[in-house]
Amino acid sequence: MNLINEWAFIGVFAAVAWIFPTLPLVVSWVFRPKRANAIKLQTYECGVETVGDTWVQFKVQYYLYGLVFLVFDVELVFLFPWAVAYNRLDFFAFGAGLLFVFLLTDALIYAWRKKALEWL
Amino acid sequence: MPTQCLDILNTPAACLISSGIDPGLAEFIGILLGVLAVSIAPLVIVIGLIWVERKFAARVQDRIGPNRVGPLGLLQTVADALKLITKEDITPAGADRLIFNLAPIVAVTSVVLMWAVIPFSPYHVGVDLSIGVLYVAAVGSIGTLAIMMAGWSSNNKYALLGAFRVVAQLVSYEVPMVLALLIPVLLAGSMSIQEIVNSQRGMWFFFFSPIAAILLFISTQAEAGRAPFDLIEAESELVAGYNIEYSGMKFGLFFAGEFVHVLTNGLMLALLFFGGWVGPFVDDAPLLGVVYLFAKGAVFYVFSLLLRNALPRVRIDQMLAFNWKFLVPVAIVNLIVTAGLWMVVRQLGIAPGAGFENDFLANVPAAAIMFAGHLLLGGIIMTMVRNAGRRQRAKDTTTTALTVADDQKMVTAQ
Amino acid sequence: MLELNPQTIAFFIFAVFGLGGALGLVTTRNLIHSALYLILSLFGGAGFFVLLSAPFLAAVQVLVYIGAIAILFIFAVMLTRGMTRLKEVVNRQWWASAAVGAILFALLLTGVILPVWGDGGTNPNQPPTDLVATTEDLGVALVDGNQYVLPFLVSSLLLTGAMIGAIVVARDQEVS
Repeated sequence: MNLINEWAFIGVFAAVAWIFPTLPLVVSWVFRPKRANAIKLQTYECGVETVGDTWVQFKVQYYLYGLVFLVFDVELVFLFPWAVAYNRLDFFAFGAGLLFVFLLTDALIYAWRKKALEWL
Repeated sequence: MPTQCLDILNTPAACLISSGIDPGLAEFIGILLGVLAVSIAPLVIVIGLIWVERKFAARVQDRIGPNRVGPLGLLQTVADALKLITKEDITPAGADRLIFNLAPIVAVTSVVLMWAVIPFSPYHVGVDLSIGVLYVAAVGSIGTLAIMMAGWSSNNKYALLGAFRVVAQLVSYEVPMVLALLIPVLLAGSMSIQEIVNSQRGMWFFFFSPIAAILLFISTQAEAGRAPFDLIEAESELVAGYNIEYSGMKFGLFFAGEFVHVLTNGLMLALLFFGGWVGPFVDDAPLLGVVYLFAKGAVFYVFSLLLRNALPRVRIDQMLAFNWKFLVPVAIVNLIVTAGLWMVVRQLGIAPGAGFENDFLANVPAAAIMFAGHLLLGGIIMTMVRNAGRRQRAKDTTTTALTVADDQKMVTAQ
Repeated sequence: MLELNPQTIAFFIFAVFGLGGALGLVTTRNLIHSALYLILSLFGGAGFFVLLSAPFLAAVQVLVYIGAIAILFIFAVMLTRGMTRLKEVVNRQWWASAAVGAILFALLLTGVILPVWGDGGTNPNQPPTDLVATTEDLGVALVDGNQYVLPFLVSSLLLTGAMIGAIVVARDQEVS
């Protein structure tokens, strides 16, 4: 199977994988009762009417976790080719990989020491 | 595409061409048949999984579980599905309708898409991508998006808060997960899952890097939102989480996605560290590989169920601290140690030479050295954790653990 | 010049994703919708990488851009109070950005597309080949002392610097 055929499979698969969850929703849409009223459609919050805007401001902590994650994600992307080629590499390449990981571990330690990883 | 028609199961396209159908069309039909076979499998299996889950949970809690609908309650899931389909479906006022309806579909699709690259036997695989492992990680990260869409579009504070927490959890645990995924790639020298399985014919990768297998299990447990990391369905804190406003079939789809995800994780663990379809006589009877793979996957699935029913839910701050201050450092050290040991083993000529990769005995010395190295590393990690725990407890007994003021701070910080 | 085969069809589907997503991104007034359109556009980009026989880059596109950067955008949007409910797009310099966009497009057209398009370009009859550099070659090149080991390590430093900078900025905001 050549490369394009492989990805044609993924393409068709994606289309089919999209249809499968859609099908029960469509069937459900046909058969289910539709008797909505204003009270039913209220936002559900333990029975109390909701107050104020839903889209409130979130704390910076989420963003910090996202940033640390992003840095590691990019690092891992670099490490994948390194891992694939690993059986062809020598100690020098291992050293280069080690240094690469070490520099990023620095970033993790910095984030840790600056309490960027604390929830509160 | 193999050009020879061996049998209709393995080479449908070639067989259709030989029976006189236009080659292009035959190839397309071949692809379509493969797609249908692989994509229907998880959706059929999920019906069984929900039954297993309920029955198992019931046994753990000293109940009987579903036993009314069909023999042993086997048809309970079918009844539930019919109920979900006929239930009234509420889209709350102020919701973003399009995104609200799209979210459960994306959630299921992202999990089902993973099945495209799972090799079930030496010959039965949807498609053996050269970047298989990375594909699984990439497709899995789309699931995070679905949760974000669900939480945001619901127009509900709890749903949004739940979604934010879940997304923070999912992105955090993706780091140790991908770090653990690197290990089999490194050992096999390929990202293709079929090749990774093939290089485990001599020895499972678990024996080369047991810590990576454990890391992968823990982090995928969190990725699927399973206990003790099930903040995804935090009934007591956030009413439910990102799916509060969902009802009927849409709600059901999120859960179907979760169940398939847990099984997929079990299969991935079996494939990457426990030899997948490798087992006795698998070359003579390829379909035996399917049995081996699912047997191995089922073991991890049941273990996951056991954890779910045995462990309480952790708090969000504990969970994120556990990831960033324990799992990620351990995963990094494990990567360095595994890569170093593997390099040493290979340079010293202990690793099996060309032609002996599939021989069990030839793999034993290398595996023994690496396993011993990992045991030592595990021992060091556990000692460090124990000492840190002792220090913390000593500190806690001298100062009061949590004052009322601290408690108040936590509440307002939410 | 264009023949109708599955690859061409796929190209146009991805082009619709990419351009449609980009158009939606700049025209919608809801920032979260913008982020979702951006994801659609990035998907189109991933599809192009596949068509160019670079599946590794396609997976990276999905993993990093959709799985991480788009999520980060949404987090950032939710950090800014009231931004999600912006009813009116306040952008009086839209004509300036349109001009910059047009100039950039013209530069791209003359610099990148024209050299490979038509008679003056590379051989249009050359079939797309499967014989491209594999991920393994990339890995070897990344840590080869004679090739890219320095950029590899510098990129690591860059990432570290980016993270430290981001933490400093975010912490600063929290204190004030």
